[in-house]
Amino acid sequence: MLESTAMIDEGLKSELQKQGVYVTSLQELYNWGRANSVWPLTFGLACCAIEMMAASMSRFDLARFGAEVFRPSPRQADLMIVAGTVTKKMAPLVVRLYNQMPEPKYVIAMGACAISGGPFKQGYNVLKGIDRYLPVDVAIPGCPPRPEALIHAIMTLQEKIRNQALTGPNRPRHLNADIEGEYPVPAYGQNDLEPPKNSEVWQPPPIQR
Amino acid sequence: MEPNQNPYLVLALLAGAAAGFALTPLLAAWAWARFFSPPKPGQDKNDTYECGLKSSGDAWIHFRSEYYLYGIIFLVFDVETIFLLPFAVSFTGLPVGAFVAMIIFLVLLVEGLVWAWRKGFLNWR
Repeated sequence: MLESTAMIDEGLKSELQKQGVYVTSLQELYNWGRANSVWPLTFGLACCAIEMMAASMSRFDLARFGAEVFRPSPRQADLMIVAGTVTKKMAPLVVRLYNQMPEPKYVIAMGACAISGGPFKQGYNVLKGIDRYLPVDVAIPGCPPRPEALIHAIMTLQEKIRNQALTGPNRPRHLNADIEGEYPVPAYGQNDLEPPKNSEVWQPPPIQR
Repeated sequence: MEPNQNPYLVLALLAGAAAGFALTPLLAAWAWARFFSPPKPGQDKNDTYECGLKSSGDAWIHFRSEYYLYGIIFLVFDVETIFLLPFAVSFTGLPVGAFVAMIIFLVLLVEGLVWAWRKGFLNWR
């Protein structure tokens, strides 16, 4: 029943729609509701957060896209927007906040720093991308990305949620008991975070010389 | 409606429908979580503190009870006034029962005032 999208032909569906008969599946309905009720966590790390605030204010008005309910507690949020430079001192806190969010949870890495360390990549104290510890759903390039880019990222995430199959190996993480709810929180080591990366979510690309 | 039917039957039906309207989504959500969405508790998730820092200590700690004096003072000087004003306005037309009830209320609060006074709580330090 959940997979009934495949059962009905797309052409037939649009023909029926022209006659005023709307056909849907439980999966589409469920994902439609899920995609339009994303609650981000109020949480900014650096200058990208200013753009995130702008995106939620009247000029850009994130509310038009159904993701404006910024929550100050991870218990009530399901989208983490990593907005800004993640220093190595901050990384364990970010991972812990992610662990405290209820399922299903998504991560948007906003800006060059959150993706890769950005202009501070050579710095000793900056994490070279939050994807070393967390499974990132959408990455936004830019330094900082404009509010439109954040809106686009949220729409991309909504698109991703809407097309997710509820059964099968790629089903959403909250329906899959095998996916761990918590990721290991790195500890402060003598020179670097320990471990420096979570190999389950991040494999470095092979170096080609 | 038939005359021998209970006139409250409609109300009972509507109350039942209202309860069903409220409970059905809750039950559906519960059933969905129970059968499809496996719970994933963990150490971080069950922590008391939620600011990203590591939780330290327990939430079940001893809270000091000195605040009760502020509560008494607030009742005496703020809440009492709210009742005293209408009491004063309608004083001449009050029946004996209302007068006695008000006096009991005042005596109770004055008792609190005396208590706070004797504790030295009204001294300016």
